[in-house]
Amino acid sequence: MTDAQETETVQLVDLAHARSGDKGDTANVGVVAYDPQDWPFLRRFLTEARVKAHFGELVRGEVERFELPNLHALNFLLHGALGGGGTVSLMTDAQGKVFSTALLRMEVEVPVEVARRVRGRGRVPDRFDASRSVQGTDPQEDHGV
Amino acid sequence: MSEPDSRSPSGPTSLIRIGSGQGFWGDDLDAPVRQVEGGPLDYLMMDYLAEVTMSIMQKQRGRRPEAGFARDFPPLMERIFPACLEKGVRIVTNAGGVNPEGCGEAVVEAGRAAGVGGRARVGVVTGDDLMERLDHLLEAGHELRHMETGEPLASVRDRVESANAYIGATPIVEALRQGADVVVTGRSTDTALTYAPMMHEFGWSDEDHDRIAQGVVAGHINECGAQASGGNALVDWWTIPAMERVGFPLVEAHSDGSFTVTKHPGTGGRVSRAVVTEQLLYEMGDPADYITPDVVADLTELTLDEDGPDRVRVSGARGRPATDFLKVSIAYADGFKAVGTLVYAWPDAAAKARSAERILRSRLDRLGLSFDEIRVELVGWDSTHGHLAGEPPADLPEVQLRFAVRGQDRDAVDRFTREIAPLVLTGPPSVTGFAGGRPRVQEIMAFWPALIRKEAVQPHLEVRTLEV
Repeated sequence: MTDAQETETVQLVDLAHARSGDKGDTANVGVVAYDPQDWPFLRRFLTEARVKAHFGELVRGEVERFELPNLHALNFLLHGALGGGGTVSLMTDAQGKVFSTALLRMEVEVPVEVARRVRGRGRVPDRFDASRSVQGTDPQEDHGV
Repeated sequence: MSEPDSRSPSGPTSLIRIGSGQGFWGDDLDAPVRQVEGGPLDYLMMDYLAEVTMSIMQKQRGRRPEAGFARDFPPLMERIFPACLEKGVRIVTNAGGVNPEGCGEAVVEAGRAAGVGGRARVGVVTGDDLMERLDHLLEAGHELRHMETGEPLASVRDRVESANAYIGATPIVEALRQGADVVVTGRSTDTALTYAPMMHEFGWSDEDHDRIAQGVVAGHINECGAQASGGNALVDWWTIPAMERVGFPLVEAHSDGSFTVTKHPGTGGRVSRAVVTEQLLYEMGDPADYITPDVVADLTELTLDEDGPDRVRVSGARGRPATDFLKVSIAYADGFKAVGTLVYAWPDAAAKARSAERILRSRLDRLGLSFDEIRVELVGWDSTHGHLAGEPPADLPEVQLRFAVRGQDRDAVDRFTREIAPLVLTGPPSVTGFAGGRPRVQEIMAFWPALIRKEAVQPHLEVRTLEV
């Protein structure tokens, strides 16, 4: 990667999948690189500060980050994110079940060839038909990448 | 104490299969049946308890002394008891809630109704319930301070509805040793339901920290049911087959602590490295410091390898000695809340909803009603991603206004519930979706996590075996 290299904007959803849950007023978001070759970049790029800035007013407390390198995964704790949490919270997402997807909206600048490789990775293919039970289709095939 | 479990062979067992049957109270009722009938299995664990469940059960028991447990569980046992005995599948569950003895007795009745009378034993674990001893514990200097705020429990003592210590594997292992075919506990940790059978079968000691840590990871994978076999999995979710007959996860555990996650052949769903990774991350805190009553597990060097279709091998967990404390799950009454909704249609749906919000806020002010919190969301636009969704477009086809209030004064919350419907004729146009009637006032049972020294709980743990 050189300074002269052209870049394009993708979203984190193109590079990683994620799962979230709750502990009291804290939401956790686990982020997993789809492709091991993108793990070093994600590990560098997805800092506590960037995640905190992305969520803005949605996370009142601190953001903590932990690494699970063999799983190509990061775990974030978002403190003060759930309106008091559990039964107290008035939020639709009182248990932080979809905070993961809010993080995946984050915009990411990547080299053009990376953008071409990953774009659309985390989204249903155009020809998806929800009325069919898909029988183990190869996800790569669906994207034609 | 009854005779030791005759089914445990004298030599070490090399492999046991522990399946997941329920991930919460309300999960797929047929999943346990599929687990027992769909292939080889030695143990079926079923997790029924979440943070709020204990207080719900406590209220039910307050109304009816024989209630207070997962009432789905005894009828389920009536369905699967004969097959479990025939195949040698033993059940480990925290379905007992705040009344494990009542649950155990109901399971005995279910067993007799299923025709297994005289052939089965039910082990009941009690002693996790601190409610009756609470004042005594506080007087003895156990402050039960809130783990996040540091506040002592005394400040809300008169509003406490339930208090249970999260207990570990020891009493479950004892129940299995006494030959229980079904072990019913109260607030056992979710993970212990999976690793207690490993400790029992493989004869692990309390000092086998790395092996128990592996068991904790197996428990974390099993405890949310199909979340580890394709349910709620984000990764390539549209390619996961036949979720209508999803196979719940099961672990094939070895005596050295290594294990493979899989599911029965011919079932729907998917067990892949990515799916299992997602479940590992679910509700995770610091992965180097996963605290349980029996071990502190370090998951930072965990490795997952695909080992054939729908098979993932898990290794690399490390364990350290457990702490001197147990976590306590306390629920206390903390006011009331209500949620009112209305749907606004195109054009300018969001502008109409925002105007209705302004009118409603102003009316609540004029009525002199005050609340600890008011929260307004536009469902269909910003209810899950907040400001990250940006400003709603003018051509948004429709949006639901969701207006929620919370406060200590029940009358004020109740008065709020009467202010939603009037907006239909007195507010912005193109409004519908109010057919459900007035919103319900809900009593809030808040969660108070605390720690207690183990010696205040462990001597009170008891195992009783009931003959079916």
